[in-house]
Amino acid sequence: MIDKTLPTVEAAVADIHDGASVMIGGFGTAGMPDQLIDALIVQGARDLTIINNNAGSGEAGLAALLKAKRVRKIICSFPRQTDSHHFDALYRAGEIELELVPQGNLAARIQAAGAGLGAIFTPTGYGTLLAEGKETREINGRHYVLEYPIHASFALIKAQQGDRWGNLVYRKTARNFGPIMAMAAACTIAQVAKVVPLGTLDPEGVVTPGIFVQRVVTTASAIAVAA
Amino acid sequence: MNKLSREQMAARVARDIPEGAYVNLGIGLPTLVANFLPVDKEIILQSENGLLGMGPAPAKGEEDPELINAGKQPVTLLTGGAFFHHADSFAMMRGGHLDICVLGAFQVSVTGDLANWHTGAAGAIPAVGGAMDLAIGAKQVFVMMELLTKSGESKLVGRCSYPVTGLACVSRVYTDLAVFELGSRGVSVIEIAEGLSLDDLRSLTDLPLRGAETTATI
Repeated sequence: MIDKTLPTVEAAVADIHDGASVMIGGFGTAGMPDQLIDALIVQGARDLTIINNNAGSGEAGLAALLKAKRVRKIICSFPRQTDSHHFDALYRAGEIELELVPQGNLAARIQAAGAGLGAIFTPTGYGTLLAEGKETREINGRHYVLEYPIHASFALIKAQQGDRWGNLVYRKTARNFGPIMAMAAACTIAQVAKVVPLGTLDPEGVVTPGIFVQRVVTTASAIAVAA
Repeated sequence: MNKLSREQMAARVARDIPEGAYVNLGIGLPTLVANFLPVDKEIILQSENGLLGMGPAPAKGEEDPELINAGKQPVTLLTGGAFFHHADSFAMMRGGHLDICVLGAFQVSVTGDLANWHTGAAGAIPAVGGAMDLAIGAKQVFVMMELLTKSGESKLVGRCSYPVTGLACVSRVYTDLAVFELGSRGVSVIEIAEGLSLDDLRSLTDLPLRGAETTATI
């Protein structure tokens, strides 16, 4: 019998090693797997490369991981926010490496990794500072930049419901990076509000098929959800 | 002269958005456009974080932290709206499916280059988000900005001095003093604020502006 569910978030993140590359889902706090991140902080892995859209805000989740100085490098599109002070301080002190990627290229590179592509040609960023030094090509009269896939050892994502095969459905705009990060990581760990019996999720409505998910753990998110 | 207020600029942009259009409104000034879209037309707003059919802000107490817009503010979903993941969201832009996006800008060049992501200032922490994808993705890119900086320099320029977001991507520029159309024949002034002449605009921008066949008053 396949059973990808784990009893605790601690067990789910136990083998994330020093120096690991870790994708973390979420756009701001929507879809941020806060309980998995908290468990990772307790677990203690360091020198991590984190892939996320942002670089943490406020004090919780990714911001707390940064504050604990566990992150060597962050790959993201929008690090600077009004309350990204933990990232800002590390960046100004030269204690964190930043790879800034246009948001759509971030998504496309993650998706390319999950889909087994060797690289992509993207029009986004052509002629800008973020394409400097990169190979370009003109295809049918349009200019493109060569970008490589972003792989990761682990992905920490948040979904609404999952089953023991790892099938997932999401909630509203918390879906954001979850489905593509699940594809791109060697080991995807999903924090879900509820584990449901196999067969409960409508097969037509499964957003992430279980093949992309290795671990499922039920936990109450601290990010309050109305209704 | 009658300089347009931010609300008047937003109302002016809204007039050019047709029924059925799929539209992304950038963060900042462009978000005001949503308040002026005609209620009798169906216009579908996209938010890059993964929704189509974005509605207005929820009533107090009805906010849902998992239903937010690109600016991370709580929003609502209209009947018929849909959620999707980030790769689909940016495919909507890059793939040319989005009809119009409205963006703010630091500068726009006469050839349609856009600078709106980075001042290039030493020590500034760079952040780009979806700006570069929006700039090159939508079928039409409208820029909405005040024409002059606080110190009176034109933000419509011969060549951008700020780092560019995208090349030759802007088709129209809506400002508080005039509406400009950018094309292969250069910059045409299609509308002008009351009390301002084409020559006034030429001297404010130091650009060889063309008057359109029918330069109207905004």
